[in-house]
Amino acid sequence: MPALNEEASIGGVLAELALCEPPVDVLVVDDGSSDNTAGAARDAGAPVVQFPFNLGVGGAMRAGYRYALAHGYRSVVQVDGDGQHDASYIGALVAALGEADVVVGARFAGEGAYSAGRGPRRWAMVMLSAVLSRLAGTRLTDTTSGFRAAGPRAIELFAEHYPAEYLGDTVETLVIAIRSGCTVRQLPVAMRPRAGGRASQSPVRAAIYLCRAVVALGMALVRPQKVRPE
Amino acid sequence: MNVYGLGLLGAGISMLVIFEMLRRRRLREKYAVVWVLVAVAIAVLAIFPDVLTWLADITGVQVPANLLFFGASLVLLTANVQLSSEVSRLEDKVRTLAETIGLERLDRLEHEGRCAALLQRPDAAPAGTAPAASAEPRDERPERR
Repeated sequence: MPALNEEASIGGVLAELALCEPPVDVLVVDDGSSDNTAGAARDAGAPVVQFPFNLGVGGAMRAGYRYALAHGYRSVVQVDGDGQHDASYIGALVAALGEADVVVGARFAGEGAYSAGRGPRRWAMVMLSAVLSRLAGTRLTDTTSGFRAAGPRAIELFAEHYPAEYLGDTVETLVIAIRSGCTVRQLPVAMRPRAGGRASQSPVRAAIYLCRAVVALGMALVRPQKVRPE
Repeated sequence: MNVYGLGLLGAGISMLVIFEMLRRRRLREKYAVVWVLVAVAIAVLAIFPDVLTWLADITGVQVPANLLFFGASLVLLTANVQLSSEVSRLEDKVRTLAETIGLERLDRLEHEGRCAALLQRPDAAPAGTAPAASAEPRDERPERR
């Protein structure tokens, strides 16, 4: 669970995860929070990896996968620390790992109410899911979802390569996984509204987002292939 | 002072500054080499301005000074790109280090927790004889995995 300044919400999220069935081990990665996120997580009984400064989601995720690899875990689920992700889907995500290496919890796939808005931000979403669906050979509707599960092959891959670039933690990791021969599937999930308000919807920001998404996806596609020994 | 003197002065000062920084270990040799080469090039052009005119002739540049500006901006651009790439590489290393520090810190805390638990067990030696208790690795529980 990557967490940045989630002192207020992380206790509740961890309490929810403790009720998870089947039981899960939780690792909180405090990405250089300026509040007492790490303390709150420790009080809730979770082990915490604490960074000396902010590295971005990519750094937090890679540390999490390195931990999973070092401790011999066979499946990993990424859950946000802000309570956006519903822990009751974790069992289903892990179960779906039986036939895939990466399972993405997708917001638009039938369940739950979430809209990408309209205009450039929506075009970006449509473009990303079109390209990635084609690559993955399956329908992926929500490529920027941070609620996902990874199996042994993906854990090994992500412990080594988890980009810190913009959109690298979501879009590029999918590209890396697909290009390394991992299978990607999606599972419909409902997400709760974010506690801290929605992402900015101003048209200028949305346009910048579209441009950065195009660049991020393009770069991910032309980067030298990470060859995995089979 | 004529324009050649100015060039020589610039080259000389650059050399001195680089030498001084090297001497105080403020600059590593691999970065100094480029700047020494640039200073030498400036000095050569200042002493033999005909070289510049000759170069401008073969490249078809009408005003020799323009060739100089063009060359200089290319050199500066290259140096900047090189430094940016160096910074990117460093950021990557710092990221890996920070991740490792975070993971190691957790490892240490968990280890300390296990040690404390061991020392507090009723069958273990009293807290005063900590070294004896921690010197029994067979007592340790198997790794949870």
